Amino acid sequence: MLRLHPFRYHRPETVDEAVALLAGFGEEAMPMAGGTDLMPNMKHRLFTPAHVVSLNRIAAMRGVALGPSGQHLRIGALETLADVSANPLVRRYFPGLADAAGLVAGPQLRNMGTIGGNVCLDTRCTYYNQTEFWRGALGYCLKKDGTVCHVTKVGKKCVAAHSADTPPNLIALGATLALAGPGGAREIPAAEFFLTDGIWNTRRARDEILTEIRIPVGGPGRRSAYRKLRQRHSIDFPLLSVAVTGDFEENGVVERIGGVVSALGARPRVVAGWDEIAVGGRLGGRVIDALADRAYAQCRPLENIIVDAEWRRAMVRVHVRRALAELAGRAPSAGNGSAAGP
Amino acid sequence: MEVVRLRVNGDERVCGVPTHYTLLETLRYGLGLTGSKQGCDKGDCGACTVIVDGRAVLSCITPVWEAEGREVRTVEGLATAAGLHPVQDEFDLNGAAQCGFCTPGILCSSVALLDRNPSPTRGEIRAALAGNLCRCTGYEKIYDAVEAAAERLGDR
Repeated sequence: MLRLHPFRYHRPETVDEAVALLAGFGEEAMPMAGGTDLMPNMKHRLFTPAHVVSLNRIAAMRGVALGPSGQHLRIGALETLADVSANPLVRRYFPGLADAAGLVAGPQLRNMGTIGGNVCLDTRCTYYNQTEFWRGALGYCLKKDGTVCHVTKVGKKCVAAHSADTPPNLIALGATLALAGPGGAREIPAAEFFLTDGIWNTRRARDEILTEIRIPVGGPGRRSAYRKLRQRHSIDFPLLSVAVTGDFEENGVVERIGGVVSALGARPRVVAGWDEIAVGGRLGGRVIDALADRAYAQCRPLENIIVDAEWRRAMVRVHVRRALAELAGRAPSAGNGSAAGP
Repeated sequence: MEVVRLRVNGDERVCGVPTHYTLLETLRYGLGLTGSKQGCDKGDCGACTVIVDGRAVLSCITPVWEAEGREVRTVEGLATAAGLHPVQDEFDLNGAAQCGFCTPGILCSSVALLDRNPSPTRGEIRAALAGNLCRCTGYEKIYDAVEAAAERLGDR
């Protein structure tokens, strides 16, 4: 049995109410959406807030709809991962994101967990996601209650891994995140949201709430794909994740291509230098190999998950290749101006 | 302690609970419904699966307050006065349970699936049960049982 610590539970019905509660209680409060990450973490005493502010009654944070001009898709942060993965608009415009949402954890967790919670997921590490007894037996770690990183042994920087499936796709797709806090509302590109500090790896202040996600629909030639490496095909967090997106001309020539590799360190890694390899040509065998080599050269996983780091690194090449092969074979996402129609 | 009002298996239930209780703790220790099992107790194993508003969820990581105003169904609510739910009966007939600890959760995941999708493919059954771990035996007899139950429900 893993008991929770005593806390008060609040159920505001508007974003303003939730923000006021969080601001009022300060560091003693935490927001909670689906709770699939926070509840186990509280059971492990990684967080012990005196007040939990549930966001689940805030109707304004639900819904999936195209923006007024049809240029963006708005996804309410409280949409469950099951609903996001099955949503016809998400499937049509962003198949990579739909696949990623459908690959998070297992079915029950996708029925509970939200896309907003997934974006704000705490980083993970073998030495962190353990019971208090386990962590205490090892003298705790740099991320929580201790001073030593058991992964790097000497480092003063936490290397716990960003382990969420949807953000690499949101970054690759150029999404924008909307936050609400005591200072008002603000927007931040998904690409700038994450930091390299494993202790707190986002720009979200602790009293801010992620309210919605906006993703540009792009042109008719936009495609996306996602690959995830894990030990089991269900329940597990990724050991490695690869999100790719590209704009293609009608004849298959690449106009723009982007890749994000994650679950290795605290921040999803945007692969540098892909455009110069692939733009202007078709996405085929040699080009895909060159792109995979480029990604491999930029990724150096540590043993923040107890899986051989060299094997995980070798898998970068394999999974980037597979993601790109899927992208090459994928039909255009039927974005704006497509003859396919709705 | 605070009073929580739940609708469980069609009954209105009122119960005093500590404010940090989970739905699972309330079911087991507040209402005496011990069919839902406390396995890993942190959202990995699926033994605590119940059906809330038609969807399979994990009661061990659901704060009890999130279940207020919603329809909760547990393994105790699957059978009726007329007899076992066809999924329960087919689990029995197909030998789909061994020690039985994972069974209540798997039954709930299966019923939630069949209520949404009355004639699932084998692959859809596997996907729907991918969040329920059985450590005794394989899953084949479990899939067989759900398939057989779907056929029986379809024949009605």
